[in-house]
Amino acid sequence: MKIKWPIIALFFCVILFAHTFESCQPSKSMQSFGQKRLPEVVDFNFHVKPILSDRCFKCHGMDDQTREAGLRLDTKEGAFMALGNAKDHYAIIPNDAVNSTLVERIYTADPTSVMPPPESNLTLTDFEKALLKKWIVQGAQWKKHWSFIPIQKPTVPKVEDEDWVHNEIDHFILRKLENNGIKPSPLASKEMLIRRLTFDLTGLPPSLEEVDNYLNDDSIDAYEKVVDRLLASQAYAERMTTEWLDLARYADTHGYQDDLERTMWPWRDWVIHAYAKNMPFDEFVRWQLAGDMLPDPSKEQIIATAFNRNHKITQEGGVIPEEYRTEYVADRAQTFGTAFLGLTMECARCHDHKYDPISQENYYQLFSFFNNVPEHGLIEKYGGIPNPSMILTKEEMATTLSFINNLDTVPEVQLLVMDEMQEPRQTYVLNRGAYDQPTVAVKPKTPESISSFPKELPRNRLGLADWLLSKENPLMARVTVNRFWQLIFGQGIVGTPDDFGNQGSLPTHPELLDWLATYFMENEWNVKQTIKYIVQSSTYQQSAKIRPELLEIDPDNELLARAPRTRLSAEMIRDHALATSGLLVKKVGGPSVKPYQPEGLWAEKTGGGGGSTAKYIEDDGDKLYRRSLYTFWKRTVPPPSMMTFDAASRDFCTVKRQNTSTPLQALVLMNDPQILEACRVMTYQAIEKNENLDDRIAYMFRKVTSRRPNAEELDILVNYYKEELQQFESQPENAEQYLAVGAYKQKEVLSIPEMAAYTIVANAIFNLDEAITKS
Amino acid sequence: MSKILENRSLNMNRRAFLSKTSVGIGVAALGTLLGVNLFRSNESGIITEAGARGSLGLPHFAPKAKRVIYLFQSGGPSQLELFDYKPQLNKMRGQELPESVRNGQRLTGMTSGQDAFPLVGSNFGWNQVGSNGTHVSELLPYIGKIADDICIVRSMYTEAINHDPAITFFQTGSQQPGRPSMGSWLSYGLGSTNENLPTFCVLLSRGTGRPNGQPLYSRLWGNGFLHSLHQGVQFRAGKDPVLYLKNPDGMDSLGRRRMLDKLAALNHKQLEEFGDPEITTRIAQYEMAYRMQTSVPEVMDITNEPEYIYRMYGPDAMQPGTYAANCLLARKLIEQDVRFVQLYHMGWDQHDNLPSAIARQAKDVDQASAALVLDLKQRGLLDETLVIWGGEFGRTNYSQGVLTDANYGRDHHPRCFTIWMAGGGIKPGIAYGETDEFGYNIVKDPVHVHDFQATALHLLGVDHEKLTYKHQGRRYRLTDVHGRIMHDLLA
Repeated sequence: MKIKWPIIALFFCVILFAHTFESCQPSKSMQSFGQKRLPEVVDFNFHVKPILSDRCFKCHGMDDQTREAGLRLDTKEGAFMALGNAKDHYAIIPNDAVNSTLVERIYTADPTSVMPPPESNLTLTDFEKALLKKWIVQGAQWKKHWSFIPIQKPTVPKVEDEDWVHNEIDHFILRKLENNGIKPSPLASKEMLIRRLTFDLTGLPPSLEEVDNYLNDDSIDAYEKVVDRLLASQAYAERMTTEWLDLARYADTHGYQDDLERTMWPWRDWVIHAYAKNMPFDEFVRWQLAGDMLPDPSKEQIIATAFNRNHKITQEGGVIPEEYRTEYVADRAQTFGTAFLGLTMECARCHDHKYDPISQENYYQLFSFFNNVPEHGLIEKYGGIPNPSMILTKEEMATTLSFINNLDTVPEVQLLVMDEMQEPRQTYVLNRGAYDQPTVAVKPKTPESISSFPKELPRNRLGLADWLLSKENPLMARVTVNRFWQLIFGQGIVGTPDDFGNQGSLPTHPELLDWLATYFMENEWNVKQTIKYIVQSSTYQQSAKIRPELLEIDPDNELLARAPRTRLSAEMIRDHALATSGLLVKKVGGPSVKPYQPEGLWAEKTGGGGGSTAKYIEDDGDKLYRRSLYTFWKRTVPPPSMMTFDAASRDFCTVKRQNTSTPLQALVLMNDPQILEACRVMTYQAIEKNENLDDRIAYMFRKVTSRRPNAEELDILVNYYKEELQQFESQPENAEQYLAVGAYKQKEVLSIPEMAAYTIVANAIFNLDEAITKS
Repeated sequence: MSKILENRSLNMNRRAFLSKTSVGIGVAALGTLLGVNLFRSNESGIITEAGARGSLGLPHFAPKAKRVIYLFQSGGPSQLELFDYKPQLNKMRGQELPESVRNGQRLTGMTSGQDAFPLVGSNFGWNQVGSNGTHVSELLPYIGKIADDICIVRSMYTEAINHDPAITFFQTGSQQPGRPSMGSWLSYGLGSTNENLPTFCVLLSRGTGRPNGQPLYSRLWGNGFLHSLHQGVQFRAGKDPVLYLKNPDGMDSLGRRRMLDKLAALNHKQLEEFGDPEITTRIAQYEMAYRMQTSVPEVMDITNEPEYIYRMYGPDAMQPGTYAANCLLARKLIEQDVRFVQLYHMGWDQHDNLPSAIARQAKDVDQASAALVLDLKQRGLLDETLVIWGGEFGRTNYSQGVLTDANYGRDHHPRCFTIWMAGGGIKPGIAYGETDEFGYNIVKDPVHVHDFQATALHLLGVDHEKLTYKHQGRRYRLTDVHGRIMHDLLA
């Protein structure tokens, strides 16, 4: 392959220096770096600390084991401290760049003294050096890390174009757009809007009736009615649960080695139930963290605690149980950190955190909250259910626990749940994180740097949950509304939902984040209401069309001058095919199911063990057509078509998936029997409900994309139909084979070649970029 | 805001680049094939010439090897039966492992409860092979014959003592799941040199030594937090060699072409309407998929080899899905410039009935492993291809279970084991490292798993400390914070 490098390099240069930012407004007298200019006022949190954290903290940070020259730049005291044996110099002297050794060391050409040192493989750009210098010149004002500052309700900024605004969200968005001289995009078409909304709130496409009803509804609250209808549906709860399963690292197997089956789906059904009834989010989290420790807990409250038992558990014969038990506790602590604090707590397992104010001791203090489970590191009885667990009887599932959809009516299930030992285990700091190297004894405690742990709270999981969910906690509400935002817009206000620390992205709209966090808490952690609030904004309802100038100014759409165009998730794509064909079986909950999967995938990797997971035995009937969140998840060999579309492996807590485009995705959409069968079945309705070729194709197109094809598009597809019909008529055996896919009974509504030609057109439509894109 | 600037510039360049160029699909496809690296900037977020030259400025220096074939022997092959000659163990057969030798080594749960740890030497004979008279087991006569072409490392050690963590450690540098596999790292770092095949291909086979032994996990060839273009793609024996590759029955390649043309026309209309460069990428992905539909079955077809090749690789080579057939396939993939071919051969976990099981298992792999090296050599490909042969740990010098004259077993042993490498800048014809007379501890030139990884990357022109990916606030590497380049192993 030949590449013309100089041309490519030229393009990069052109692109790179092509935009400005609100807080990086050009200043006439200022030195410029390409077109990148220094901000008028250099802000510690937004300009300086990201550089210090990324390039300096590794040796001048929290960890005193690796700290060089006694200098730490992660605290105000450290940064302004006198240095050297004689205490005669300072890294930073406010307003005095000339005498600040930091400035000297980053600008020197001497490789033996330049910072960062060459062996670190890190460098500073001229722009970054200038930022640091200017900050010192301007007085070196120090601020607490943004996400640790208590949440305060911000004032709503004024905007010029009041007419565009629907709610406060729009003030925050528009203000920034106006500062950058950008206009928001016009309202999306009604078809696009209902499609986007239906996928965002339910994970499914709208039906044609739903589209038509909305198109025909001219009332002023037509949109709101759709929002309310969707939020009231079971599909909404399933959609929210799907995201929660990634976060909770839910799976149907234990995850290591032979990867035996476990029964966790009753917990999954509880999550659906909780979302459906709009349980206040603080209660939802409190039950999952410590439902077993609530006064006189109900079985339902204990079921919720299975959240903390979703981690992998080993049954591999030779393991040392304590080594693995330690992993399970670490997994719970990590999940807690990622899901609720948005912090990479696990970085402090082996040493003090390099970037955030979390010491190794802090980590084990948090670890100790999760270290009192009466559990064993190894599943001792092969195929047995590891303790602690709870039996749910058939009768309970039919009555008091009827949110568990015991579809197979099994006599009883044994669910892994949390329990607390009477006498807590003594937790120790583990040297290098190793289970067999305990050092200092620690007690349960949360990091002081986040917010203090009130004296009146018990030092156990229940107290931890209360600490987390108190309004003083600066992280929980921010982290949660950021994930809601990500769920709707594809990208969070903080682009790293798993890292609100020093190494994470900064919020694009910090005041909006705090506004939403406050809104959420003031409204009793009401999830449906908050989501409704977001989707009712004008920001959400914009068109997704990309004006050429936006590609220049804001290619990643961080300013939100348009709606995002994001690919549907793995689950949505398959559910889309099932829903548009009418194959979707809308049962809620129950044991996980095994739809189509290429033959032999489990068997070729098994070592002979594994019991029910040694060989994939495909289900039949309704179970082939359930929503994808019910697909059986074997961790060591997860469903391949879902993984191709970036599903999370469920090995650990995941709050953001990749969103990629690969050739293997094309192969799934063209050749997966699940998709092809749906295309075949989709044609039956199209043919039966419409008289002629054009209408039938337009009908299918509309089912998949929610809009009518234009004349040109229809023309291409009609010609394609005719072409393929001719082919199939000349080789009718091909038509028969093409239609012979999937278990759903074939109908002969037309001749076989005609049916095949319609099916192939349906598959082409389903392979359009638009078919798998929200826009 | 500089943080935002930095993050955005990474993504922006690719999109903006695509939207600006008039070269269109061809260039977009190029980006696909090279992975995302072509479009990635350097550390500071500034595109430099080096950044554009190839992902993060890679390779860091002139590579010795361009490609890798990793013949992973899953289960933990016994070094004491295959490569590490310990006559002392035969002399002391049945005597207790001295506590001074064990010296605090933790044991797996399978033997920690054993009352006795009777030493046991190999039941098999040894050949002295190559110009140095190196000892290689009589179980591996073919590998013995290529002794002058390979570098035997007898002083490998690891930290894990059980399969799942040990194999995950070898492949990803971490005992716990979640990090990218070695092949993914190289795909990310070096990109692809083939526009019709995946960069990182995976082949599985099942041994006869212990058919019901250790399982494999698809995460072993997973991309972890890297872009999914870098995941290993499994090639399977049978009519659908890559999952979902085959057109449905009733549709041929011409029919597929017709559909793709209509799709491209319709997608272009969307592009005009929405202006989203991601649509261009999608169109290119469909073209790549189409090319794979031809190129994968072509490369998988091993029926057209000359007779002497089948004789070299052995009779199994004609049987798709066997280790021998996979070795032959590996050579074909390398000939197509695939960057990383990863084989896994299951069945090396001989806890009991070791003598009979390991004899079968060794026979599975001996001839074809040697043939692969010789075949690459005769095609002039060995110099630029790194071949690696080995498992996740070694086995104990004492018997697991009852020791009889004819029978014994061996438990997992992390403190020493043997792998071998060949080609691609590896010093041929040497045996490196030494263990004590008990075959229990390393006494000379230890090589840690991270050292092995660092060395392999080095041979490909990659500085293991510089090939990093920032994820959740931390720069990850294959070698974590460890790894030494073993210069003694380099040619």
